[in-house]
Amino acid sequence: MSPMILNTIEVMLNGLMTGVMYSLVALGFVLIFKASGIFNYAQGVMALFAALTLVGFQSGQIPFSHLINVVFGTDYHNWGPGMNAFLAILLTMAVMVLLAWLVERLVLRHLVNQEPIILFMATIGLAFFMEGLGDMMWGANIKVLDIGLPSGGSFWWEDVTRVWATEGSEYYGMYIDVLDVWAAGIAIVLVIALTLFSQYTKTGRALRAVADDHQAALTVGISLRTIWIVVWSIAGFVALVAGIMWGSKSGIQFSLSLIALKALPVLILGGFTSIPGAIVGGLIIGVGEKLFEFAIGPLIGGATENWFAYVLALMFLMFRPQGLYGDKIIERV
Amino acid sequence: MSNQEIVLSVKNIEVIYDHVILVLKGVSLDVPKGGIVALLGANGAGKTTTIKSISNILGTERGEVTKGSIEFLGERVESLGSNELVKRGVVQVMEGRHCFEHLTVEENLLTGAYTRRATRKEVHDDLELVYGYFPRLKERRRSQAGYTSGGEQQMIAVGRALMAKPSVILLDEPSMGLAPQLVEEIFQIVKALNEKEGVTFLLAEQNTTVALRYATYGYILESGRVVMDGDAAMLAENEDVKEFYLGMSGGDRKSFRDVKHYRRRKRWLA
Repeated sequence: MSPMILNTIEVMLNGLMTGVMYSLVALGFVLIFKASGIFNYAQGVMALFAALTLVGFQSGQIPFSHLINVVFGTDYHNWGPGMNAFLAILLTMAVMVLLAWLVERLVLRHLVNQEPIILFMATIGLAFFMEGLGDMMWGANIKVLDIGLPSGGSFWWEDVTRVWATEGSEYYGMYIDVLDVWAAGIAIVLVIALTLFSQYTKTGRALRAVADDHQAALTVGISLRTIWIVVWSIAGFVALVAGIMWGSKSGIQFSLSLIALKALPVLILGGFTSIPGAIVGGLIIGVGEKLFEFAIGPLIGGATENWFAYVLALMFLMFRPQGLYGDKIIERV
Repeated sequence: MSNQEIVLSVKNIEVIYDHVILVLKGVSLDVPKGGIVALLGANGAGKTTTIKSISNILGTERGEVTKGSIEFLGERVESLGSNELVKRGVVQVMEGRHCFEHLTVEENLLTGAYTRRATRKEVHDDLELVYGYFPRLKERRRSQAGYTSGGEQQMIAVGRALMAKPSVILLDEPSMGLAPQLVEEIFQIVKALNEKEGVTFLLAEQNTTVALRYATYGYILESGRVVMDGDAAMLAENEDVKEFYLGMSGGDRKSFRDVKHYRRRKRWLA
């Protein structure tokens, strides 16, 4: 094969990996949207918050240490050497469940049966609140997240692909980040698990029932509050996974919360109500933006990755507003 | 009615929506064990509100029971959550079916058993029981509920309620939007469930003719008040009921002016 084709394949592969990362964020949106019709603007911030908490636990930071030091004039920062990654992840998950419970208790419960736009506004408020809370609890400095996942280019893959090139051409193999491959694997497991859960368990069925009709769900004895706590906990878990992946890739900084914006076109493509849709949408956007940048970018001055996803989403909105896999709006005549 | 055991008793309840709209102005009714009690009345009389206040889902519509009490088996239930009530055996079938559109027929039925701690076997047996009453649902068990016909959706809704093993079913407007033949079919099943499974029914209905034929007792609501009640047979014979709800006015054509006059007077008295 000529190096040109191999380069294209490399770009596509990397696009797929980036796409998976987008999908991870989009997944959290889909879960909450499906079950409650709320577009949770805070999903990105939840990922940030989860990642911050994880690093905090791992490195043995004392939460709110800045506040404590200012008020009491002390100088505490760490309570010890920290803990191992697995334990820290478990604890962070507990925090996310607690957060889900609080969100239901303090926000959702009071907004039952309100317009979707009101609930959306509430999640915007939640996003700002959590960003502030994360800052106050763990500090605003950029942190390194390392839970022991391998990262960096794969030499093995470089060696494998080097020989694919035509004899004598200058080609040094494909680059692929091992961390991205891990992310892809984890995303696949996550999606399979979530799909099985929602299709074949009693709680999963109840989730889908609530998504279809709140009042009817009440009449069969499903408690909306329980369901919402379950959904937000799962969304919190997905946020944690997304936070770990993005955090390991580019460090934990507050701009992480903006990845939520990148999930929006993914959702429009895949459909707001479809878990597989979130994955496929992410992949299409990931591959699409990388290929576009590679093939057409140089002709029009580059930096197309910033807008490509949104233009694609706009076109989808015109021709297929429910997305590729979104629930068809069932209308009987 | 005095010699029968009362399972559900509504005592002088008042319901207010949005803190200002007074919908029920003191409704009282008793449902005896094993009975089929019909709640009759025109649009906006308060039938659905009465049913929803019993099943406790008014909260989602910003409605509130402000006065009176609701008792199930002698215990006050108006402050219980709707899921707790389902657990105790009072299940509502909503007006307009309200199936879970994107779930299959069978999944819809299974959600009905949500509150029960039943084994797989028990649930399976109950599914078969429901399919026994509604054979058509068995044929369509794998199709999405949203694509089934109106009659089938009503069957799903009733079947779903049955899956909770209820002692009382609150059936809201089962005839809505169905062909007369189907209405008859649904009511026959209600009767069968009442006799064979011992389920007590409180049903709200606009179709007074059919309802009084199957019910044992009836209450007539008008603008948020019970204006008349009695045995179904007695109500069906009552002159006013005949004229205003059954569309029979004793052979002769009546002048429209008289009717209006009568109505106006009645409204002032009520």
